[in-house]
Amino acid sequence: MISLQNCTHRYSRETVVNLPDIHLENGENLLVTGLSGSGKSTLLHILAGILNPTNGTYEVNGTDVLSLSESVRDRFRGKHIGIVFQQMHLIQSLTVADNIHVARYMAGLHTDQKKVKTLCDTLDIGDKLHGFPDELSQGQKQRVAIARAVVNDPVLLLADEPTSSLDDLRSENVINLLKESAAISGASLIVSTHDSRVKKHFENVLDLENTEQNGVAV
Amino acid sequence: MNLFKLSFSYLRRRALNTLLNILLLSFGIATIVVLLLFSYQLEENLYSNAEGVDAVVGAKGSPIQLILSGIFHIDSPTGNIDLDEAKTLIRNPMVEDAIPMSLGDNYRGHRIVGTTKAYPQRYGAELTEGSLWEHPFDVVLGAGVADLEGLSIGDTIQSSHGFAEEGMTHQDSDMTVVGILDDTGTVLDRLILTGVETMWGIHAPHGAGEEHEDEDHDHADKAEITDTSYLADEHSGEQITALLISYRNPLAAAQFPRFVNDRTSMQAAAPAIEITRLLNLLGVGLDAIRVFAYVLILASVLGIFIALLNSMKERKYDLAIMRSLGGSRMKLFTNVLLEGLMISLAGGVLGIVLGHTAVELIGQSFAEARQFAVTGFVYIPGEAWIIALSAAIGLLSSVVPAIQAYKTDIAYTLSKT
Repeated sequence: MISLQNCTHRYSRETVVNLPDIHLENGENLLVTGLSGSGKSTLLHILAGILNPTNGTYEVNGTDVLSLSESVRDRFRGKHIGIVFQQMHLIQSLTVADNIHVARYMAGLHTDQKKVKTLCDTLDIGDKLHGFPDELSQGQKQRVAIARAVVNDPVLLLADEPTSSLDDLRSENVINLLKESAAISGASLIVSTHDSRVKKHFENVLDLENTEQNGVAV
Repeated sequence: MNLFKLSFSYLRRRALNTLLNILLLSFGIATIVVLLLFSYQLEENLYSNAEGVDAVVGAKGSPIQLILSGIFHIDSPTGNIDLDEAKTLIRNPMVEDAIPMSLGDNYRGHRIVGTTKAYPQRYGAELTEGSLWEHPFDVVLGAGVADLEGLSIGDTIQSSHGFAEEGMTHQDSDMTVVGILDDTGTVLDRLILTGVETMWGIHAPHGAGEEHEDEDHDHADKAEITDTSYLADEHSGEQITALLISYRNPLAAAQFPRFVNDRTSMQAAAPAIEITRLLNLLGVGLDAIRVFAYVLILASVLGIFIALLNSMKERKYDLAIMRSLGGSRMKLFTNVLLEGLMISLAGGVLGIVLGHTAVELIGQSFAEARQFAVTGFVYIPGEAWIIALSAAIGLLSSVVPAIQAYKTDIAYTLSKT
């Protein structure tokens, strides 16, 4: 269960971002839309636990994320929150398999060769395990990034602009992959995008443009 | 997956740069190792050869020269001293033991030393074959000489005058090999030993018209040589080159040299003092090379530092990703530190291997070094410090990049895409 309440984040004296309340049961999906500058990134970073809002509460499965110390929050994030970044950011010096292993290692989990193999087979990159990221196509990279995000069976899977540079067919594939992957690990999925094509795939849509309290400059 | 593997993957990613930094550091370390090995073995060699010799007495001249020729057999002697005058010192109450040295001849560049049996005994030399000399013109070979010249018991050799191979050969000075010494790792290995009387025999003035019948010669050869036979009155008027003196008590160290230098036409030089002086002279040259080594090492510290710093720029996203995957600041800090350590320890180990190999090669190829039997196959305690130094270099050059990694701000870095 994901619960974000009464959050505001103050970047500077002038710039304060008020964030909408979010409440998601496990397995529920949410699409966050809005143009750049609407607070999408801020919201996503707070949900990812890499940015502490100035005020508010944020709970993941009953854990008060904001009250955790930095190192405990690092570990909590590693174990329970999976993130797929817009630019994927695969580690170029590591093989595909190690890019996924590193997620378990950083979260303090033991190495699980079999799980990584199964996951990659499911995502159709099983034959690329020993290749390096720069040998992969854009679509394959995205699959590796998704595999890395879900390998620890997160409670929450976050995806930032996953379709921005893709054509219609591919963008549909990626959204389906994300939904399937989230479903397999029983995670809630939150996708942030300004891509209107994605809207039809989600029942819950939070449009930051249309919520009164957002992006207010004081 | 572990930190070691992660750090290694980054080093592999920029393999050429890593290799260059390892090589640069290893050259610096190798230079230091060569210096350490050389000076260590030189010092040990010098002091061990001179062990037990409190003073060398010889003709007046340079004391270093006297030590070099009398103990290490590398320089020309300062001249000769009269046996009769030497006898007064041998009987001096401060003197425990005196070994005579009569130099001036060589066989194919190997010095022939007229001495007493006390000389090889002083070095604890054992015979591998034969026996020590019993008569004039009997010679005993050092292990190295026997090896190099392929000589064995019963062979005869002819001496040449001087210390160079090209010297004039003494005709009718056939000497017979009666014994071969075991390898001692000392100066003994490259000498040919014989009784003092042999040297006098070689240089005996052959009067004009003197019959030189073999029978007479044989008869003279038969005279038995003992440790004191050279002191017999019949040899009065002969000369020797030097005496290796050991004192009866430590007090003599203050009195004996002064006595010899002031009251006789000879000089006494203390090996311990002269070796220290020699090493100090050498030290200036060694220091220059050492500075060069430190410059190389400093360059490698900068090299590693710059490489890591650049690498931090390239992988700021990697660092942010690893943080977002749950990696703690400390993990990233250690990751970068480990990279520096891996380069510097690889450089250190390679440097030690290179240094030892270089010393071994130099020891094998230079005759001068061979005289001092320099080898690369020794371990000296200073090398543990080199590994510690390498580790320090790794930490020093990676701590700033590691702090950068530690400070990675995930949200800021990732929102800048």
